[in-house]
Amino acid sequence: MSDVPDIFGRMAYGPAPESAAEAHAWLDAHDRSFGHAIDGTLEAVGATSFDTINPATGERLATVTQGTPEDVDRAVRAARAAFPTWASLTLHARARHLYALARHVQKHARLLAVLETLDNGKPIRESRDIDVPLVARHFYHHAGWAQLRDETFPHHEPLGVAGQVIPWNFPLLMLAWKVAPALAAGNTVVLKPAEHTPLTALLFAEIASEAGLPAGVLNVVTGAGETGAAVVDHPDVDKIAFTGSTEVGRAIRKATAGTGKALTLELGGKSPFLVFADADLDGAIEGIVDAIWFNQGQVCCAGSRLLVQEGIAEDFHARLKRRMDTLRVGDPLDKAIDMGAIIAPVQLERIEAMCQIGESEGATCWQPEWTPPERGTFFPPTLFENVDPASTLAQEEIFGPVLVSTTFRTPEEAIALANDSRYGLAASVWSEDVNLTLHVAPRLEAGVVWVNGTNLFDAAAGFGGVRESGFGREGGREGMHAYLRPVEDVHRPAYEADAFQPDPEAGVAPQSDGDGEAMPAIDRTAKLYVGGKQKRPDGGYAYPVRDAAGRAVGEAGLGNRKDVRDAVEAAHAAKGWATTTAHNRAQVLYYLAENLAARSDAFEERLRTLTGATDEAAAREVRESVERLFAYAAWSDKLDGEVHAVPMRAVTLAMKEPHGVVGVACPDEAPLLALISLTAPLLALGNRVVAIPSPRWPLLATDLYQVLDASDLPGGALNLVTGARDPLASVLADHDDVQALWYVGPGTGAEDMERRSAGNLKVTWTNQGRRIDWTASEAYGETWLQRAYRVKNVWVPYGV
Amino acid sequence: MAAHATTDTQHAHPRNPGVPFDPSWFEELRVNRSATQRRAATLPARRTVKKAWQAAWLLKAITLIDLTTLAGDDTAGRVHRLCGKARQPVRRDLLDALGMHGAPLTTGAVCVYPTMVPHAVDALQGTTIPVASVASGFPAGLMPMTQRLDEVRWAVDAGAREIDVVITREHVLTGRYDALYDEVAAFREAVGPAHLKVILATGELATLTDVAKASTVAMMAGADFVKTSTGKEPVNATLEVGITMARTVRHYQQRTGHVVGFKPAGGIRKAKEALAWLAMIKEELGDAWLTPERFRFGASGLLGDIERQLEHHVTGRYAAAHRQPMA
Repeated sequence: MSDVPDIFGRMAYGPAPESAAEAHAWLDAHDRSFGHAIDGTLEAVGATSFDTINPATGERLATVTQGTPEDVDRAVRAARAAFPTWASLTLHARARHLYALARHVQKHARLLAVLETLDNGKPIRESRDIDVPLVARHFYHHAGWAQLRDETFPHHEPLGVAGQVIPWNFPLLMLAWKVAPALAAGNTVVLKPAEHTPLTALLFAEIASEAGLPAGVLNVVTGAGETGAAVVDHPDVDKIAFTGSTEVGRAIRKATAGTGKALTLELGGKSPFLVFADADLDGAIEGIVDAIWFNQGQVCCAGSRLLVQEGIAEDFHARLKRRMDTLRVGDPLDKAIDMGAIIAPVQLERIEAMCQIGESEGATCWQPEWTPPERGTFFPPTLFENVDPASTLAQEEIFGPVLVSTTFRTPEEAIALANDSRYGLAASVWSEDVNLTLHVAPRLEAGVVWVNGTNLFDAAAGFGGVRESGFGREGGREGMHAYLRPVEDVHRPAYEADAFQPDPEAGVAPQSDGDGEAMPAIDRTAKLYVGGKQKRPDGGYAYPVRDAAGRAVGEAGLGNRKDVRDAVEAAHAAKGWATTTAHNRAQVLYYLAENLAARSDAFEERLRTLTGATDEAAAREVRESVERLFAYAAWSDKLDGEVHAVPMRAVTLAMKEPHGVVGVACPDEAPLLALISLTAPLLALGNRVVAIPSPRWPLLATDLYQVLDASDLPGGALNLVTGARDPLASVLADHDDVQALWYVGPGTGAEDMERRSAGNLKVTWTNQGRRIDWTASEAYGETWLQRAYRVKNVWVPYGV
Repeated sequence: MAAHATTDTQHAHPRNPGVPFDPSWFEELRVNRSATQRRAATLPARRTVKKAWQAAWLLKAITLIDLTTLAGDDTAGRVHRLCGKARQPVRRDLLDALGMHGAPLTTGAVCVYPTMVPHAVDALQGTTIPVASVASGFPAGLMPMTQRLDEVRWAVDAGAREIDVVITREHVLTGRYDALYDEVAAFREAVGPAHLKVILATGELATLTDVAKASTVAMMAGADFVKTSTGKEPVNATLEVGITMARTVRHYQQRTGHVVGFKPAGGIRKAKEALAWLAMIKEELGDAWLTPERFRFGASGLLGDIERQLEHHVTGRYAAAHRQPMA
């Protein structure tokens, strides 16, 4: 009481601790030692174990088990055993289970929040007000998807056992983002929480049992990286969902290549935070607090690169520093703390090392006058000014409370700087000008854009990145798709190994006009189609194309890696195809269909000659090619985005964007129809395509050049490089500026492409070594369109 | 336009002399509603004070209250009772229990209608508590300017040391900021040695951007305080309006070096709300603003709730209103 006059004079903040008694009691009730949660049982601690530490104090919280491959195998077997029953529950029954999980999360909200803060070091204010409410919301939202699955996603089925590996920065929230859609879709789960933060996952497993979730549906195996690798490598896992570093994500992409495991990766970021001169500057300052000093900056989508318009930079930095002075760092259990502890000493050392690099590279470091607590892994909010785009701090993810600042002059320069990154997770744009923000947001390479806001999340709006920030979305409709597959996918016969390989040495017999006279045919020099022009192959080679009887009836250019390079550059140059109106794209595709129809006879003749198709089959392939073009033309201007109903006053636009430049490798069979079926949906969305046509019968593609020329397709929108498919496709798979790759070929080729795609983490789709019936309905439709776009969610809070 | 004298004998701290009208100071101002609301929503959750800190902060809040009665049925007797409460807002035994043995703890001021000023001055003899008076055709302000100025001068002559004037909302709603400047400058002239508190009636201004502009113009014209509301508008002091105005006060000080006070008024009835306002001021303006010279609450019911919270702090039992002396 006697403190009152002194405090009255100074008006300082005092301690406002949240009690950790309940969480400690829960830990004590488990003797502070935990095994895995497998098949509905929270097991005793295993033979090999490690401690999980409270980073704010350095104290041991509990001992948890280092999961072995055998442990993972037990968990996968439990999940597999539970799958048939879980998957055959009625939609409504699964919805009730998800609903119960949401209710039980709310019931245990306080315990979950405190335990999360103890284990992770994040402020209780965040775990209590942000993480746990979002977790409950995620399960409620997905209870809805469970109920509506079959009417929303017809002809789809769950994948089976989902292996999920999550990070330490949002342990419980990432669990929810992974587990809720997996269960709602009808999958069972093996989850591996991060080694630094296993406790809330174990508590959640206990809560799930309490809520009546059947044994084996959700299994938690604790451990470090090797345990996660065992989950990824397990042959009986059908899907891997990973959130974590780009480095590990890349390894997982390689490890899962060719296995048929579905994959979503949510990886690192270096997200830009753009402040224009006409922004609410003080509002933007608070945005930065929420962007980079949220969760100590240990956020994959942290707005860590401040781009501020040059004219206001000085004012803005001054305001920012004043605000940084008022931030409070300390005991995460204190309800009036803005920043808690860094996850572990190793991460603190990394942050410090990155700051030293920044200073050595000439950037100006600014930190508040006050210093954070000595004990525990604390780091103050930090600003680096004058950080050139070329410097390490501007390029590398720091994963700490460190903001780097650069200036820009114009909107176009801001966009260019924002996109000058390997990553593409999120972006914030601050301006009061609706014209400016709606100009900038679609041009940012990011999966999520917040306009006059930052770090806004909701279960209804998908979250995920582009470029080396990964692929796939969590939340919303897209997030459900990541745990479902078209029913027909697994019932296809195997793709037969290619019988044909292009051989330039084989020579070409002289051609005749075929009318029996001695007049030689006019020589047709086989070329490639690049940038809207016929182009001689770089190597100058051609290879013979044979008819059904094995006679050489023509030749095609033998493209090489430089031809692929040129084609990709031509495709990038054709930016206008992506930005023109959907109406215009539809008109071009209709026109293409019209011109192809006009030449049906020639294409039918070519098919009969080359493939030996019957009159009927040849006619059907051409007819269906025309119809498919027509259908994708029809779709082109009907692929509307959505406005998500998020629980705040905001318009959240889900925009369907083309991937960019997409490589397409075609099978030998159906040389016209497969080419059209693969490229038309991509073109309809505005992608630019580099396609490798049927190696065996490329003349259907080369015959198409004149049709393309006649149809007003802009040069570079569709490029055709004939030759040996897999060597050419591997150049596309390796290419760092190809955003997606569709591959149809043998399983070995699919595996190779998936492995190679790890370089820039491009989005790959392959036939998984299965044969596709190009005349069947499976070769056309919304599934193909969905693969042709990515969703960008643009959040626009509004109000006067 | 002439700047005003920077000091006078009645007040120890410098006054705001104002600056010449310059539209470039406010034309570019933009306030984003959603961002401000987010700050207003999260700030009370980010900042909380407990135990002795809460008691000390609540005592501080009392010293910042303009204890107010602005009712048509105010009488000399009613004003006398109010002034008694202003002199002794907290029971002696509670203050003793809290260790507050120093200088007497009073409210920041007493705020009344002009004709009640003589009664208040009389009742506050022997104290340093200033009498504040609303004037200028409060609360609508829609009276001829000469009468509004006369009323201001009358209240000052009657002994009011602070004058709370209302602006003509029309000037803001129609974008006539030069007229707003002239109006406030005229009041600044009329108050003479008294402090000028300018009520923006933010509940009747359309947007936060308009609030920020009006606040900036009022300060340019020489307001010593900017104040949110009359207490008579449908929406009174909200935290988001408070954040918006506090930021304009900060920017004005950074630009000119002149200190302007801030007074939210109307609708603040709970101790917990007062703590949120104090935290907001501490964060947005700094500790220097947590004094009666720079910050006031315009409130009548707030004091009673604070008293109850203080008694609870001292006794550990929930308090009854009838155990706190009424105004």
